[in-house]
Amino acid sequence: MAEKKSPGKEFSKGIIKQNPVLRLMLGTCATLAVTTSLVNGFGMGLSVTVVLVCSNIVISLLRKVIPNKVRIPAYILVIASFVTLVQMVVKAYVPALDKSLGIFLPLIVVNCIILGRAEAFAGKNSVLASALDGLGMGVGFTAACCAMGIIRELIGGGTFMTGLQSLLSVFGEHVLGGFDGVDFFAKFPILEKISLQPMTLFLLPSGGFFTFGILIAITNRIAEGKGEKKAELRDCMHCPMAAACGMQPESCEEAKEETA
Amino acid sequence: MKKLTVTSSPHVKSGATVTGIMLDVLIALLPALIAAVHIFGPRTLLVCAVCIGACLLSEYIAEKIMRKPTTLGDLSAVVTGLLLAFNLPVGIPLWMAAVGSAAAIIVVKQMFGGLGQNFVNPAITGRIILLVSFSQAMTTFAAPRAWVENVNAADVVTTATPLAALSQIDRGGNIAAQLTAGEIPPLSDMFFGYIGGSLGEVCALALLIGGVFLIARRVISPIIPCAFVGTVAVIMLIAGKGDWTFMLYELLSGGLLLGAIFMATDYVTSPVNRLGKLIFGIGCGVITAVIRLFSNLPEGVSYSIMIMNILTPLIEKTTLAKPFGFVKEKKEAA
Repeated sequence: MAEKKSPGKEFSKGIIKQNPVLRLMLGTCATLAVTTSLVNGFGMGLSVTVVLVCSNIVISLLRKVIPNKVRIPAYILVIASFVTLVQMVVKAYVPALDKSLGIFLPLIVVNCIILGRAEAFAGKNSVLASALDGLGMGVGFTAACCAMGIIRELIGGGTFMTGLQSLLSVFGEHVLGGFDGVDFFAKFPILEKISLQPMTLFLLPSGGFFTFGILIAITNRIAEGKGEKKAELRDCMHCPMAAACGMQPESCEEAKEETA
Repeated sequence: MKKLTVTSSPHVKSGATVTGIMLDVLIALLPALIAAVHIFGPRTLLVCAVCIGACLLSEYIAEKIMRKPTTLGDLSAVVTGLLLAFNLPVGIPLWMAAVGSAAAIIVVKQMFGGLGQNFVNPAITGRIILLVSFSQAMTTFAAPRAWVENVNAADVVTTATPLAALSQIDRGGNIAAQLTAGEIPPLSDMFFGYIGGSLGEVCALALLIGGVFLIARRVISPIIPCAFVGTVAVIMLIAGKGDWTFMLYELLSGGLLLGAIFMATDYVTSPVNRLGKLIFGIGCGVITAVIRLFSNLPEGVSYSIMIMNILTPLIEKTTLAKPFGFVKEKKEAA
């Protein structure tokens, strides 16, 4: 982590190369649970991004003040304050989103993407770099959630962007001409006639895992094409988690020797 | 002059090949196919053809994409396709059959490394994926012989499976009363297959002929089917408070015989040695009976086989055969 990267790289690494969900396998629980529709996935992504950027900035500011031994409780405290803020805002302005995200909104506190970035990045880097890192990771997370949401909603329910108005209700009523998603089966009755049906499996957890696996495969392919090393568990340095892992390589080697 | 070649072991080889075994299975499935055409009409053949075609096509495409040698010739995809078709109702939209076949071959078989590497039975998983996705289409069964009166009536006359009626008995109904009321067909109809259900599961007679053929050809061992069916029989006898009729109805309805003979005995996903097979069969039977008796689902055969498929590596581990002459290391006396 010692090498300095350009600000642009700090931002862009979170989108594909170190995508938090699809490459680092962080925060999968929330991802699988809420991405039954694009709007839900996007709302979740947005909330996480806000919390991530804010907590990264504050933790980076406080990195020289927080004693090493109690850093995790301190990080959690910072993250929890921002999550509470976001939750209150969502409850006040987008109550429908709060309803559909349910428990997963307050659970952002324990989302390992945020704690992972605090531990692996914000606790060691400058404020600007941490903010950019948080933004990039947030965009990567949102993109992954949206991709899963689109696939699962389209195949599992035959709809696209349903519930959009509830998300846009912040800006008043009838934004974008009152566009509230497309229900392909209501719009094109011919689909019903040729006995086409949405595949309910994709709305269930098993379909979520399936979509997740396919997206991981695709992202790995793209990342490898960009010269990123293949995700293999050879030793600590080659671990795909190395970038996000709090353990320093030296201490990791020690831990390995201890177990051996 | 014949050359003397020296090779390392194994020296005793059996003539069994993958293609040969698959061909045997296909022959064993033939009686059930004929029965299905007789009971459900010519659309049966269409469903089977679509499933087999989709399986072959997906296998070809998947192997081309993964740059592996094509293995269409070993007939395993044909067996998967036919078995999946046997698990579908006759009136199923053809595209669903194709989706199920593609899922079975691409996701379950090829993504895990092709024939011999799949961790669950592809046909069973294809059926479960379809059942979860399109539960209505998968549980709309045409009445037996309805096609004779009206050739295009495959989707007109529908009927409940005997299993659905039987589950009422579990909840306090009376089998004799239901028989006279005509809610469940007589036992002879159950045996010869004049009941509603999936294509291949209805005719018990044809399935038994196929099973006997496979056992006689030594393609499958009788342990798994016997343990599977036997366990269900024992549990149903207890659940029916000693009522033999109830037990026979349970054995002849649903996919029990099809699953026990053709799906649970899949080499790849069932244990190798006898004790393992026995445990596997009993496990399948217990899970099937529990699902049938205590859950909201009428049928549990496919889920039971899938669960036991997943447990197979553990069963193999515990029933590992001792090498000849193996002596257990004695613990050193302290």
